[in-house]
Amino acid sequence: MSGQMREPMLKISGVHTFYGSIEALKGVDMEVSAGEIVTLIGANGAGKSTLLMTICGNPRAKSGSVHFEGEDITRVPTFEIVRRGIAQSPEGRRIFGRMTVLENLQMGSITAQPGSFSRELERVYTLFPRLKERQAQRGGTLSGGEQQMLAIGRALMSQPRLLLLDEPSLGLAPLIVKQIFKVIEDINREQKMTVFLVEQNAFHALKLAHRGYVMVNGNITLQGTGRELLANEEVRTAYLEGGH
Amino acid sequence: MEYFLQQLINGLTLGAIYGLIAIGYTMVYGIIGMINFAHGEIYMIGAFIAVISFIVLGAAGITWVPIMLLLVLIISMVFTSIYGWTIERLAYRPLRGSFRLAPLISAIGMSIFLQNYVQLVQGARVKPMPPMIQGGFTVMERADGFAVSISYLQIIIILLTTALMAGFTLLITRTELGRAQRACEQDKTMAGLLGVNVDRTISLTFVLGAALAAVAGVMVTLYYGVIDFFIGFLAGVKAFTAAVLGGIGSLPGAMLGGLLIGLIEAFWSAYFSIEYKDVATFTILVLVLIFRPTGLLGKPEIEKV
Repeated sequence: MSGQMREPMLKISGVHTFYGSIEALKGVDMEVSAGEIVTLIGANGAGKSTLLMTICGNPRAKSGSVHFEGEDITRVPTFEIVRRGIAQSPEGRRIFGRMTVLENLQMGSITAQPGSFSRELERVYTLFPRLKERQAQRGGTLSGGEQQMLAIGRALMSQPRLLLLDEPSLGLAPLIVKQIFKVIEDINREQKMTVFLVEQNAFHALKLAHRGYVMVNGNITLQGTGRELLANEEVRTAYLEGGH
Repeated sequence: MEYFLQQLINGLTLGAIYGLIAIGYTMVYGIIGMINFAHGEIYMIGAFIAVISFIVLGAAGITWVPIMLLLVLIISMVFTSIYGWTIERLAYRPLRGSFRLAPLISAIGMSIFLQNYVQLVQGARVKPMPPMIQGGFTVMERADGFAVSISYLQIIIILLTTALMAGFTLLITRTELGRAQRACEQDKTMAGLLGVNVDRTISLTFVLGAALAAVAGVMVTLYYGVIDFFIGFLAGVKAFTAAVLGGIGSLPGAMLGGLLIGLIEAFWSAYFSIEYKDVATFTILVLVLIFRPTGLLGKPEIEKV
């Protein structure tokens, strides 16, 4: 971090989001600065995925604002968000099951600079060699871990400056989880990619992240550095009991 | 044998036309999950625009047939596409996200509206079209004088349709537009997150479907020589049957289904009774819906997650 005061890369202020009449986000404030890995932990249904989707404008925030690199993107259409530099690997991975792995990655590069495709593809294949082996296979036939790799790889194809990851560890074997978290760490360190990570696997996420937020029922209840939150009594009892 | 061969040629021609219309049904169903019942009317409008532009071109002194045909095709495709685009904007887009039956009802309303609109502005009488492309080959001749022939027009219809379908298949499977289209079919939310303008992609699907229907309209105008405001209904329902037979949502299915319906109709008319040829087609629709609702090449709905 440089000494001068800088605008955070992503600034979410007082965001309220509704699903029908149900208020899923009840005035969320948070920030992600360039170069950081920030994690958001919380129980199932707390509103974590809704927050990631709200950043991308689907559903749209009913009130409050989302600023990215100083610009208000609260009302920008979803398909324009990725052009601004935000890519998402969403909840449930949402792989195009009837397209091949390669086609899925091509979908990821729709907004990328022309001519960058083969370089980015090479980069994704280096991060996830498994995808290269499977490139002619249909997405729907991949294993859960491979689908997760594909979802992250597809997001990376657009050369984002901010990567949103929704529960990349969900339902995966511990070894694969470790591998995926290693990749997240690598792209953050080597490519200076800013990462906003939503996780239920709080232990791994807080260990990896520079900073973290805790969400309960659509509200941010705690924040701090990864280490602080790991040591926090409330966090320990609510999210870290048992597992580790 | 000779008789069979002649019916095969006739059936292929008819099947090519049904296939072109069926693509529009199947693509729209694939991307927004509705049957565009106004698609038959789009084809009918394509035919009317063809007749009008033949007359206008003729009056303007353009009478060389290849140029005339090319221009008529282009004009008809352009105007019909505008109709397709507008219908989606006016009648379907506002209902997106509404209950499932709403756009379907809107489509039926649109279909009735377009029929009456054409009847009103063009008149209810049939429009004749003087034959422009005459002649053909005699493939073989039987001793009793029965000749198997294929007309130049039939050759044009089959070749043009084959080329269009090949080009269209390439567009869908190989280009970025085609990928975006397939992505929207599978998951619009994700397509949007990746930067696909979903609304525009849906509009384009209507435009492409309408352009192909326009070609079918031009071909039918030349082939049968008469059109009226009601031709869209029967052709539409038959092409819909073709799309269901092939597997609604499947592009190769629509082409195959069109071909089969064309052949069935030709052979049924030849060997059983021409009065009941429509009964044959719709019996197939009922049978497919009962015994194989996914059609011949349809994909099952289950997907691994």
